[in-house]
Amino acid sequence: MKHLISITDLDREDISYILKKAEEFEDVAMGKRKLRILEGKILGNLFFEPSTRTRMSFEVAMKRLGGDVINMTAQEASSVAKGETLADTIRVVSGYCDAIVIRHPLEGAARFAAENSSVPVINAGDGAGQHPTQTLLDLYTIKKECGRLDGITIALMGDLKYSRTIHSLIKALALFEMKIYLISPEALALPEDIIEDVGGEIKKARLEDVISEIDVLYVTRIQKERFPDEEEYRKVSGSYRITAETLKKAKDGMIVMHPLPRVDEIHPSVDATKHARYFQQSFYGVPVRMAILSEVML
Amino acid sequence: MKELVVSKIREGTVIDHINAGKALLVLRILKIQPGTDLTVSMAMNVPSKKMGKKDIVKVEGMFIQDEELNKIALISPNATINLIRDYEIERKFKVQPPEVVEEVLKCPNHACISNAEREPIKPRFYIKTEEMKVTARCHYCGRKIENLDDYIS
Repeated sequence: MKHLISITDLDREDISYILKKAEEFEDVAMGKRKLRILEGKILGNLFFEPSTRTRMSFEVAMKRLGGDVINMTAQEASSVAKGETLADTIRVVSGYCDAIVIRHPLEGAARFAAENSSVPVINAGDGAGQHPTQTLLDLYTIKKECGRLDGITIALMGDLKYSRTIHSLIKALALFEMKIYLISPEALALPEDIIEDVGGEIKKARLEDVISEIDVLYVTRIQKERFPDEEEYRKVSGSYRITAETLKKAKDGMIVMHPLPRVDEIHPSVDATKHARYFQQSFYGVPVRMAILSEVML
Repeated sequence: MKELVVSKIREGTVIDHINAGKALLVLRILKIQPGTDLTVSMAMNVPSKKMGKKDIVKVEGMFIQDEELNKIALISPNATINLIRDYEIERKFKVQPPEVVEEVLKCPNHACISNAEREPIKPRFYIKTEEMKVTARCHYCGRKIENLDDYIS
């Protein structure tokens, strides 16, 4: 049985295969072509933490391929959590459907779910741990928008300490020999053990020093609750805000990505520039998840 | 005159060359707990030519499985095992760190599913040894442990 738990379970070939498959589904994702390859299949969405776009994106991907979806929302999950173990919930729900998508606040929950499931499990985020489908759609975006994955220079900016998106992504970037710059306040720097694990070419930098060199600027949210006081948050978050002005020295083809939702780290003035790709990136989640769903269920 | 710190055993398992001060952790790894019926003797900080100081644990009347004994390598990679029969050493070997351990270590990450109460889950770790330094990585959350002594369950 195939599960998708961590990006580290995949090698370059696996990733390239999924991205290629996603490309074949892109017109289906846009509604330009009808496909019913998952007709009769049911996907169980188990969201123990609130999520709108990831859950919707999976739901759309499943429905565009002719399949059906059952949902357990965070609110329902909290009542389940009072009386039932995750192991039991998974054993029960895997009897109802052909694959499970899980988001859970505890790290490793998806791997544990897979061990208790009779159907494939896809990790849609486990605490500060992994979020492999986000990583795959990020890679797909880079490949589509920059034309390649190998040899890209990318800057990761914002909360690099707690962001599971970043932790997942950086491991995959290293597989494609990308040059990586880390731009963050010291308090939110990427943990040293992750830097050691990833290896490759990783450097801390300031955005103004590398803006003209990079192919991709990947921005993440700096969360208020990570700071002891609001004053400190304001000071830090202000210096990590992208505006159209910030991007003036960027290369023509440089793209700005963001896992969304954004708060104020990317000013709306950026939306109209040739660099903005975050909404496109969000759309790419659909064909990528179609590729993953068809891969685990067929 | 030489003084015998811990008497010889007739039959059983002797764990020698344990890093000084770690004998109690060895008992914990072997799940030898208060209330055990086994005859267990222990010596701590015994002078040793090779190690300066060492600990020794002797478990009378029981041949502990190699698989269990090898877990001692997590905290004391130089430990040696002597299996004794009729006061003679029947077999001697140095502990080898296992590749995977279950229910020996607990994950330091409070947000790891392996620490969730009531879940039927066995904490599992992948063990790596580099230049006598033993580290462990959680199967569930991926957290790396450098100082294994602190996380023996």
